[in-house]
Amino acid sequence: MENYKLKYKPFGSISVLIEWPQKIDIEIIKDINQFRTALQYNMNGLILDTVPAYNSLTVFFDTSKIKYKSAVNRIKEIYNIKNKEPISNAKIWKIPVCYDDEFGIDLEEISITKKITKQEIIRIHSDIIYDLYFIGFLPGFLYLGGLSEKIQINRKPIPRKKINKGSVGIAGNQTGIYPRASPAGWNIIGNSPINIFDVETNPPCFASSGDKIQFIPIDKKKHFEIKEEVKNGNYLIQSKTYG
Amino acid sequence: MDNYLLVISSGLQTTIQDLGRKEFRSYGVPISGAMDKYSAILANKLLNNEEGLPVMEMVIIGPKIMFEDNTSIVITGADMSPKLNGKPIESNLVYEVKISDVLSFGKLIFGSRTYLGVKEGFNTEKKLNSYSYYKGITKKSIIEKGDRLKIGYHPSEFDFTSSRIKVKKHHFNTNALEVTKGPEFSRLSKKQREFLFSKIFEIDSLNNRMGYQLKNEFIKIDKNEIITSSVIPGTVQLTSSGKLIILMRDCPTTGGYPRILQLTDISINQLAQKKTGDKFKFKLEGSFSFLSRLVKSLKD
Repeated sequence: MENYKLKYKPFGSISVLIEWPQKIDIEIIKDINQFRTALQYNMNGLILDTVPAYNSLTVFFDTSKIKYKSAVNRIKEIYNIKNKEPISNAKIWKIPVCYDDEFGIDLEEISITKKITKQEIIRIHSDIIYDLYFIGFLPGFLYLGGLSEKIQINRKPIPRKKINKGSVGIAGNQTGIYPRASPAGWNIIGNSPINIFDVETNPPCFASSGDKIQFIPIDKKKHFEIKEEVKNGNYLIQSKTYG
Repeated sequence: MDNYLLVISSGLQTTIQDLGRKEFRSYGVPISGAMDKYSAILANKLLNNEEGLPVMEMVIIGPKIMFEDNTSIVITGADMSPKLNGKPIESNLVYEVKISDVLSFGKLIFGSRTYLGVKEGFNTEKKLNSYSYYKGITKKSIIEKGDRLKIGYHPSEFDFTSSRIKVKKHHFNTNALEVTKGPEFSRLSKKQREFLFSKIFEIDSLNNRMGYQLKNEFIKIDKNEIITSSVIPGTVQLTSSGKLIILMRDCPTTGGYPRILQLTDISINQLAQKKTGDKFKFKLEGSFSFLSRLVKSLKD
């Protein structure tokens, strides 16, 4: 993989914003994650956090241990020597989703608008393995890439005041899971009984940037059972490594 | 041994804050922490606490508190006419309080946010390495009437020497906030840049721990969205409706609006002491001269 031409911009007093070309591209996401891994390995103790987004990485460093200028120089060096191989410990997470009408409150409308059956929408949505681009906006909100054009639909003209925790939605070319009850403008097609974000675990989210997400259709009975298991603390999210 | 204080009335928006969560931003967790870090750290320093211990943050209208145990307290930040058992007390001065003493607040004289520090800090729930209240992270997101808050143990024979500190009024009433250029500053035209550094801006009523919206209509820019990217406290966003929003401590980790300016750490603290209707100008400062000054201020 070729190195990209990156821009380094000072951002606040303890961080630098590193920018890739301005487009949404899985190759850029992979490059960001490799760089991120290399920084965590090579600047362990000097870095407080690294925050990826579609085409940027913000590196927060400990200014009591390293000065801004030397931090940026060190970061630039690491980009040039970083491993070009894909990260091998990335995971595919299997997220159970119940697409029953009780949860998929917008399935009917999408079916009419897109002129495809509900079963077909569910098949298309759960067939794809999505790339987890990054987590942002709110605690545990996963930005996923790869939604099929066949089921891309505009966000709702009037957002709902409140949707349930675990709601699975689609809007434009995005799909995602609401980690907690919140207002929502996305079209809701199902619900996942698992905790996407759990403040009692460290890290608070099982997945991280660079992983993949697969939605596994389940029925209402299974949704109920998993919800109980989650509540009792004995549900284990299935995953496998790839790459 | 656990010591407590009891909240008799809550005030407007009272929370517990420390210096925030720094290591969980890549999971979408906001930094949070005291809006005016300068005043929060000062409270701890005056009490000879570690500077990052949790303090109580109050806004415009303070709470009423009864101490269930002896401790030492200090009030910093905005002047909300603090009283101990009905008698006025001074800011930035340590007081010994006894069981059943009552701390209350009155008229807001200046500033917007006041901090209550207690000896050894507040000992409330700690989530993801921080005590800072945030909805969805801590069980409580705001202090309510009837809350009993655990505070650090303070031996009664503890001998105290603390000097009085005078905080410059400038911290509360400056009308120039220092900023550096934001990542999308280059998208602004000459006219927009002139507007930005010549106009007096006014704070809208939409202001809270997440951000401060400004009243002024800004000249819209053509390309008014960016691919979702990182934002941090102090980032000045230009929204597609032409409004400026200055993000504060509880802001999300990412956003989709151009980031045209970035407040310095000092300016964030100063803005945290401003309220609806207050006016100020942006003053551009080179990021490196700012950094060197920051380093110097830390050494002092």
